[in-house]
Amino acid sequence: MPMLELQDVHAYYGNIHALKGISLTVEEGEIVTLIGANGAGKTTTLRTISGLLKPRQGKVYLEGEDLDQYKAHEIVYKGVAMVPEGRGIFAKLTVAENLDMGAYSRRDKKGIAEDLERVFELFPRLKERRNQVAGTLSGGEQQMLATARALMARPRLLLMDEPSMGLAPVLVEDVFDRIMEINHEGTTILLVEQNAHMALQVAHRGYVLQTGEIVLGDTADGLRQNPMVQKAYLGME
Amino acid sequence: METQARFNWRDNFRLGLLAAVVALSLCAIGVVGTFAQRDIIGGVVSLGHVFLFGAALGGGYLAAHRDADGGTGRALLGGAFIGFLSSLPLVVLALVAEPFHLRQFLPNVSPELLEMLTLGQGQMPGLLILVAVVTVLGLVGVGMARLPSHVRRPLLTGLGVVFLIGLLSETIALAWGSHGLGLRIRRFMFASKGLSIPGVLVVFAAATGLNVWWNTQGSRVRQRVAALPPRRQQVLRWGGIALGILILLILPFLLRRYLSEVIVNVGLYILMGLGLNIVVGFAGLLDLGYVAFFAIGAYTMALLTPSEYGVANLSFWTALPFCVLAAVLAGIFLGVPVLRMRGDYLAIVTLGFGEIVRILVLSDFLAPLIGGAQGILKIPNASIGGLEIVHPEHLYYLVLAGCLLAFFVSWRLRDARLGRQWMAMREDEDVAEAMGINLVRTKLLAFAIGAAFSGMSGAIFAAKLSSVFPHSFSLMVSINVLCLIIVGGIGSLPGVVVGALALVGLPELLREFAEYRLLMYGALLILMMLARPEGFWPSEVRKRELHTESAPTGGGSPIGSA
Ligand SMILES: Nc1ncnc2c1ncn2[C@@H]1O[C@H](COP(=O)(O)OP(=O)(O)OP(=O)(O)O)[C@@H](O)[C@H]1O
Ligand SMILES: [Mg+2]
Repeated sequence: MPMLELQDVHAYYGNIHALKGISLTVEEGEIVTLIGANGAGKTTTLRTISGLLKPRQGKVYLEGEDLDQYKAHEIVYKGVAMVPEGRGIFAKLTVAENLDMGAYSRRDKKGIAEDLERVFELFPRLKERRNQVAGTLSGGEQQMLATARALMARPRLLLMDEPSMGLAPVLVEDVFDRIMEINHEGTTILLVEQNAHMALQVAHRGYVLQTGEIVLGDTADGLRQNPMVQKAYLGME
Repeated sequence: METQARFNWRDNFRLGLLAAVVALSLCAIGVVGTFAQRDIIGGVVSLGHVFLFGAALGGGYLAAHRDADGGTGRALLGGAFIGFLSSLPLVVLALVAEPFHLRQFLPNVSPELLEMLTLGQGQMPGLLILVAVVTVLGLVGVGMARLPSHVRRPLLTGLGVVFLIGLLSETIALAWGSHGLGLRIRRFMFASKGLSIPGVLVVFAAATGLNVWWNTQGSRVRQRVAALPPRRQQVLRWGGIALGILILLILPFLLRRYLSEVIVNVGLYILMGLGLNIVVGFAGLLDLGYVAFFAIGAYTMALLTPSEYGVANLSFWTALPFCVLAAVLAGIFLGVPVLRMRGDYLAIVTLGFGEIVRILVLSDFLAPLIGGAQGILKIPNASIGGLEIVHPEHLYYLVLAGCLLAFFVSWRLRDARLGRQWMAMREDEDVAEAMGINLVRTKLLAFAIGAAFSGMSGAIFAAKLSSVFPHSFSLMVSINVLCLIIVGGIGSLPGVVVGALALVGLPELLREFAEYRLLMYGALLILMMLARPEGFWPSEVRKRELHTESAPTGGGSPIGSA
């Protein structure tokens, strides 16, 4: 049974038809990437999975369980955490308070302390700056914080929305290294990216989204070889 | 550098004009005249003088403050110029007032005001002295700004304390009693109105001295305390708390009846403020109809006890939980339709809710049930073991108990899960939701708990007055409560107390304020936003938020640049 499965999902904003029948699967332990141009519906797909937006048609299954019956905050308790687009950290709170908020859905004090150690190992920069107000962090640090905060919920499925947005190339590589590391530690990841080049390097499989529809799905290698992907998303002629 | 060295006519002219406009309008709307009755230093300086001359002083201070690295000579020139300029309109006012019968249009330009402007010296010499005095005040303002801060701070503290004690001398003098040593101290310190000259000297010396002592020795004391073993520190802390509680407990004996009455009113507002602080400060939901819950608490008390319109025969204590419950239900009732609203929309809808409740209790339609405009009389007082709580000294304990309960609940909630949910929701609703926070529950809990405190306040209010009238529940109450938490510091618990003392307590003591209450609020809010936007006693998060540039850390580890 796949960790996550979307079956013919249609989603709307008012009468804007944003997702026109998305079907995809993510197996446990995988990194799956979703690439596509601006406005293709990548963020919308993640919002539908995390319950912030309800599909008007179609189903979202988490380990075989229909998520339709759950509200957004309940889905977090099911082990799905999101690193939102544009980072979405609490700018006025400190790094430590942000991380604390991330563990909000949990009650095991000991586990939380362990995970705090773990994310500080993963992002030593955050440890140095644990008392800094998050809004004053650099862009890259804010991205680290957003990721670290999502990890504090100890998710089984991590949804990441464009973690490389606005970062310098060196930092982008760093972020993707961390993503692989998180994955190695056992977290399944669905990664939305515009930076197809990097995304296809770390992912096992990928889907290409175009104006609300999946036009292609393959292994990462397969997608990299695909002439259409090469032309449209990898900038090769 | 060239421009630096020259006298900045434009800035000084602007400040002088501003000071003139302030002084002139304070005269014209009657503030100066009204407060001339309230002596700060008996027979010498009244609050009216402070309003009349404050502008020139402030103008000089601001000018010197802005041009902080200019030469002293130039700054003094600027101050004198500003003072001189701001005195001219006052002179003109005094000269034209009688020949042009200004009083017809400006009723506040009274002979008393003119007398004040001429300093009681007759027109020509008086006005000349006025110009001189105001000019000198401009200079004094500059001097204040130019003093090194270790001199300025004690001086300003001394002046501030003299001002406050002088302002409240009427009530403070009463507290010394009317015989024995108390009377002698009172005669020494106070004139028939305001402080006496020796009183001023004593107060000023004490306040200044204490400030100097704290500035020089304070850090050492703090270090000494920090060096104590943790056990001793704990003892010290609990000792402090116990002392505070002891003072709270004996307060009515110190304050006597009139002041107790004032404190009871302040306490009712503190209770409301703590409630609204949860809604606005913790959860970030702007609620302008907060008075509705106060009204619902009061009317529930009226209806459940054997009053004129009572439908049940409960005692105060049995009715109280129902009042709180009614307010809570109303809070949820208001909360549900506004769940999806944010910011401005929320403010407008809650404003409407408050008005609807007020209009309902005022309506003829409901009058047969709840008395309409006549209100409800004969609500029984609260009683404990047969003792009726009628006097403010006794009511005080009732209100104190309510406030302590609300304070404790707020304080515990702030640091609990719910408090974190509110904080997350206030910062960013979308992210909060994505993090597993149930927004519906979190919002409704904020409205419900906030309403509960207000309902309790209303219930005590009804029992205190033995009656309720619709006009006690106007929009003004909501605005008062909102202002007091803004002035105290949004989201801060001690801030609510400070805000209530300043915005409810002070005007009660200075009855003349009543007429200018809104004006004072407006002026105070503007000044606060300019000078101290985080409030008098801000919460940690607000403090950080408004001073991030200067102090990026919340304490703890140093930040390297990476
Ligand atoms: N709140 C909204 N209301 C109306 N339309 C929306 C809303 N959010 C997104 N849309 C529309 O839905 C479509 C998909 O948007 P989405 O945010 O999913 O794109 P995306 O693939 O994440 O793009 P990007 O790479 O720029 O982030 C777009 O046409 C967008 O304009
Ligand atoms: Mg997007």
